[in-house]
Amino acid sequence: MKVEKLRTYYFTRHGVVKAVDNVTFEIYKGETLGLVGESGCGKSTLGFSIIKLVPPPGRIVDGKIIFEGKNLVEASEDEMRKIRGKKIAMVFQDPMTSLNPLMRIGDHIVELILTHEKVTKEKALEKAEKLLDELGISRERINDYPHQFSGGMRQRVMIGLALALNPDLVIADEPTTALDVIVEAQILNLMKKLKENYNLTLILITHNIGIVAEMADKIGVMYAGKLVEFSESLPLFENPLHPYTEALLEAVPNIKLSEQTLKWIPGSPPNLLNPIKGCRFAPRCKYAKKICSEKEPELIEIEKGRFVACHLRK
Amino acid sequence: MEETEKPKGILVWPIVKLASLTKKGWPGWTVLIGLIIVISIVIMTILAPYISPYDPNALNTGPIFGPPCPAHPFGTNHLGQDMFSRVLWGGSTMLQVALLSVLICFAVGVPIGLFSSYIGGNLDKVISLIMDSIYAFPGLILAIAIAVMLGRGVVNMALSIAVIYIPSYFRIVRSQVLTIKEMTYVEAARAIGAKKRTILARYILPNVIPSIVTVATINFADAVLTAAGLTFLGWGVEVDVPDWGWDLYYGRQYLPSRAWWIIFFPGLMIILLALGFTFIGEGLSEILNPRLREGE
Repeated sequence: MKVEKLRTYYFTRHGVVKAVDNVTFEIYKGETLGLVGESGCGKSTLGFSIIKLVPPPGRIVDGKIIFEGKNLVEASEDEMRKIRGKKIAMVFQDPMTSLNPLMRIGDHIVELILTHEKVTKEKALEKAEKLLDELGISRERINDYPHQFSGGMRQRVMIGLALALNPDLVIADEPTTALDVIVEAQILNLMKKLKENYNLTLILITHNIGIVAEMADKIGVMYAGKLVEFSESLPLFENPLHPYTEALLEAVPNIKLSEQTLKWIPGSPPNLLNPIKGCRFAPRCKYAKKICSEKEPELIEIEKGRFVACHLRK
Repeated sequence: MEETEKPKGILVWPIVKLASLTKKGWPGWTVLIGLIIVISIVIMTILAPYISPYDPNALNTGPIFGPPCPAHPFGTNHLGQDMFSRVLWGGSTMLQVALLSVLICFAVGVPIGLFSSYIGGNLDKVISLIMDSIYAFPGLILAIAIAVMLGRGVVNMALSIAVIYIPSYFRIVRSQVLTIKEMTYVEAARAIGAKKRTILARYILPNVIPSIVTVATINFADAVLTAAGLTFLGWGVEVDVPDWGWDLYYGRQYLPSRAWWIIFFPGLMIILLALGFTFIGEGLSEILNPRLREGE
């Protein structure tokens, strides 16, 4: 899957918000891409862009999303509907609201199967039961309503829904943000297991670097609508190239170093309504030079498989 | 279904079903009480021709302005008509009008609200504007105006009441859909490739129904009152149709001469009927929401 110069803008009354601005990256089948960054930096919008469900007034204005040799940006709504759920699936952030409160758990799965496959309801129900087994949820609960499930169980159902039709790509938008750490670990393990079983490509959107470290093969760091660093996972942790990545890694709390005060990045991301000239991180960057506030750096490959957008790395 | 059961079952089944309402706690009781009131009045109206002691329109069945006594339990009016017979007969118009107007509102207001807010944009703005301008009118006055235009009769009364109520349905459906279509589960439905039709029918409409049912029962209660009001003002049914509204209209003139029974009993029936519908609505709105269901 390849994303090329993608731009998704929100056309609000106050002006154009460039939530995803000129983002380019490529991932291969079976890989996990971790997208990290602060709140409001465009990670989720990027995720929604790929499945073409950017909520209005947002719109993809330019760029290409090449998926299995096809440019999704040009695909019609009808074509997209057939891809969604079947080839590309999505897991949402809040499991408490992502299931229809008036539909039984089983009906959710059955509906998904019947939307894309011509099978009888009985067959679909059978498949739903098998899926529940795989998710570690008792079969008897197939007729329960979502409110009878805990948050962790609902998220397992959501993941099951995403994987039910064996898609090629799953976009998980902060799948564990609303859960406590124990449940989070369970969910992550489940995702890892299922990912290996199904050999699927995963885009994991999160602001939790710990999760990314555990799950991702590649990492994309986003800042103010831009992809500022894109790299293999391990080298990025050992030697972050972009000052923002470096600061982000320093800001992770460490339970063993209780004496150490938590580091944070001073300032806040720029307003995406009128992005500043030059590098968008420059005002908060401790290494910023004159050129940083004058010219915008481009994403360039510095070492093999390591891309960064920073003037200091030239 | 019930029909295939033993003959005894047909009679027992509804009672068992109703009794099970009490297991749902207080809302169940509220619905049950409301149902008992409404069903009693319906049965009373249906049986009126067989059980009323006098013809409701027969004059001089007893003394003029006779207070309640064993022969005329609810007294007699200025024409010597038996008020008890008139009360038994007088609900029929109101019930028909209420039922018909709710059906019309449901059939018109809900689909318009659903599509208008789901599609959004300028269409939604225009429809909202029309609905709001109807809503801004004082209800009874608009109903009178429409009733005057259409003339007397049950269907015309129902229509004029429906017109003032459609905006209520529209507004409640529209605002609910606006909230629900932003819910993650609707987005999730879109993310699994569900069709627009499916999303509306399976994800949005069922979540709107509880609010509509509440509006519908309040609509029932209000329709009863408006129907009474229209008849009271002379734009309901013909004078020879016994109706609680007519009794109120004529009876009020004799209240100063202390003939309280002429308006008391029809008035009480109107209040009871409206109360019954309100009880059903309040209870149902809690029961229909699975998140508020107790003991499951």
